[in-house]
Amino acid sequence: MDEFLKSCAQSIIDGDGDVAETLAKQAVDDGAPLIDVIEKGFAAGIREVGRLWGEGEMFLPELVMGAEAMKRAMAILEPSIAGSGGLKEAAGRVVIGTIEGDIHDIGKTLVATMLSANGFEITDLGADVPAGRFVDEAEEKRADCIAISALLTTTMNGQKKVIEELENRSIRGQVKVMVGGAPCNDEWAKEIGADGYAGDAVAAVALARSLVD
Amino acid sequence: MSALNPRIAWFSGETRKAIASEAVSILEEIGIFVENDEALSLLDGAGAGIDATDGMVKIPSSLVEKALETAPSRVMVYDRYGEVAMDLGGDRVHFNPGSAALRIYDYERGKARTPETDDLVRFATLIDALPNYAAQSTGVIAGDVPEEIGDRYRLYIALLNSTKPVVTGTFKVDAFRVMHEMLATVAGDADRLRERPIAIFDCCPSPPLKWSDLTAQALIDAARTGLPAELVSMPLTGATSPVTLAGAVTQHCAENLSGIVIHQLACPGAPIIYGGSPACFDMRKGTTPMGAVETMMIDGAYAEIGKHLGIPTHAYMALSDSKLVDYQAGMESAMGATIAALSGVNNVSGPGMLDFESCQSLEKLVLDHEICGMALRLSSGIALRDDPIALPLIREGLAKKEFLSLPHTAKWYRKEAYFPDEIIDRATLEEWESKGGRDAANRAAERVKNLLSGYTPEPLDGAVSAHLKELMEREAKRTGMERLPELA
Repeated sequence: MDEFLKSCAQSIIDGDGDVAETLAKQAVDDGAPLIDVIEKGFAAGIREVGRLWGEGEMFLPELVMGAEAMKRAMAILEPSIAGSGGLKEAAGRVVIGTIEGDIHDIGKTLVATMLSANGFEITDLGADVPAGRFVDEAEEKRADCIAISALLTTTMNGQKKVIEELENRSIRGQVKVMVGGAPCNDEWAKEIGADGYAGDAVAAVALARSLVD
Repeated sequence: MSALNPRIAWFSGETRKAIASEAVSILEEIGIFVENDEALSLLDGAGAGIDATDGMVKIPSSLVEKALETAPSRVMVYDRYGEVAMDLGGDRVHFNPGSAALRIYDYERGKARTPETDDLVRFATLIDALPNYAAQSTGVIAGDVPEEIGDRYRLYIALLNSTKPVVTGTFKVDAFRVMHEMLATVAGDADRLRERPIAIFDCCPSPPLKWSDLTAQALIDAARTGLPAELVSMPLTGATSPVTLAGAVTQHCAENLSGIVIHQLACPGAPIIYGGSPACFDMRKGTTPMGAVETMMIDGAYAEIGKHLGIPTHAYMALSDSKLVDYQAGMESAMGATIAALSGVNNVSGPGMLDFESCQSLEKLVLDHEICGMALRLSSGIALRDDPIALPLIREGLAKKEFLSLPHTAKWYRKEAYFPDEIIDRATLEEWESKGGRDAANRAAERVKNLLSGYTPEPLDGAVSAHLKELMEREAKRTGMERLPELA
């Protein structure tokens, strides 16, 4: 079993979606304990990917390929867990997007991919998203967290508008808000009353975990 | 006997053709996204309808060919008095500062901050004073006027403080009409402006292959008013385009060709420039380094494709990702200016810029001015002034035991060499020490002060500037700003 879990982790570290998918199918067919397969196998792999990226060993393409492989494995494992009445639940529900007026998509998509690979349920609204729409979607999806990206100093004020809209609808207490993007920092997050700032996709995962817990 | 202007060749003739032909296939088979109704109807009317299956506009190759036939190969841009300031085409190189910085580097405080009106005035004044800059750029966005009118305001300040043409652009669709009126006021009227345009409008497609409402409209508006449109296509390798440099150049070509098609459909024969601001996307940091040598290679290579297509060229080069005026800033800017000059890029935007096109620096602007001077000198190559080249001169020099007193020396030395300002240190160690032993940024800061205190741009005609002020005040009031910031 240990060997099997190791190869699951390795498939994610290698960013090999084909292998990850094959191993996930094998786990389902063999009736392996799927929660363990995820936690000690695939998820251990994606954590290692995050660590290697943080240390500068991996660059963005390896990070994204690891996350994509993780998603493919999870797509096979999750229905089987649900079917078996297992306990696996999403780490949290996150509504994510780039704020209105801003078409920069890459950083946001990277964060969404990493969150998804780490077990979060993601609603990605894309780019150029009006403040009201973040809140509408968060209400509808009963999201734990809204993640807002802004790449321009001219659009970052929109992040504040999302928080104001949450306050207007008296649901600020029900949902956490995290912000990111080139012009943002911790100070900015505090200034606009957000719950946190993350500087990259790996930090965003850690932040989302701490906010949702 | 003749000398060559030094040039970099990036591709064989066969490869240039192959890249252009594949770009045409991309437009025909994949197509483009267009979010602007007027552009869609122009395209539809010309036989390039929206594909119902994927919502993309497929452009037939015949449309591209026709657009390339009507687009001019030479674009002239004029100064306030109707004199030629830029003659874009061939291998002629012109520099102007990098545009639309959100911050300015404050040398005294040692950090970047939000620019205000005074900074815009200083920026425009310096560009006006520095001869190696062929044009102004609306390079800095003022933080002391509302964001909604930022595009108009920066043009207003540039027009007031300089006779040079302006490389500019819109942030909002409705800004074009007002900016056009400002420019027409300075040129005399709309017809004279069309005849002798004093501004270039940047139009930026979103990679890959998308024309937003704002940029498509800017393209059409520019075409209809005869103001040169400058395409700023920006593939990011491995992020918003193929990772290979050749792949980025090919996508860039497709995006530019689609812009030329929309533009020429709006007004056949209107002036347009093949340009961009691509980057070799940094896979470690997720950033868009303008100082990466590969970014400059994409720039130089696509300029060669633009020349192959017979359209004047532009690139964002001679700028840096450094956060202050240091070794990296100089290295990246000089490398970019050099490669641009050797690639014969007609309009090079970038000087003064730091931090990925987001921070301007007055000190860097005056230092980069010397880089541009040297790059321009480089691009003009080695002249052959005499035949025989040296033999009689050496005989004469030997007789006199020196060459300094030769009339031939006096005749040519200023033409043979570019003399940079003394911020470029060529003094002896003793002289350098005696003048305080300062570094280049420090010398540049002093030059900025001296230039600003000793130079006044030629003022605009009183009635013209009053009309501009009226226009600007009307715009400001619409955003709820009762008074414009005081101009020093």
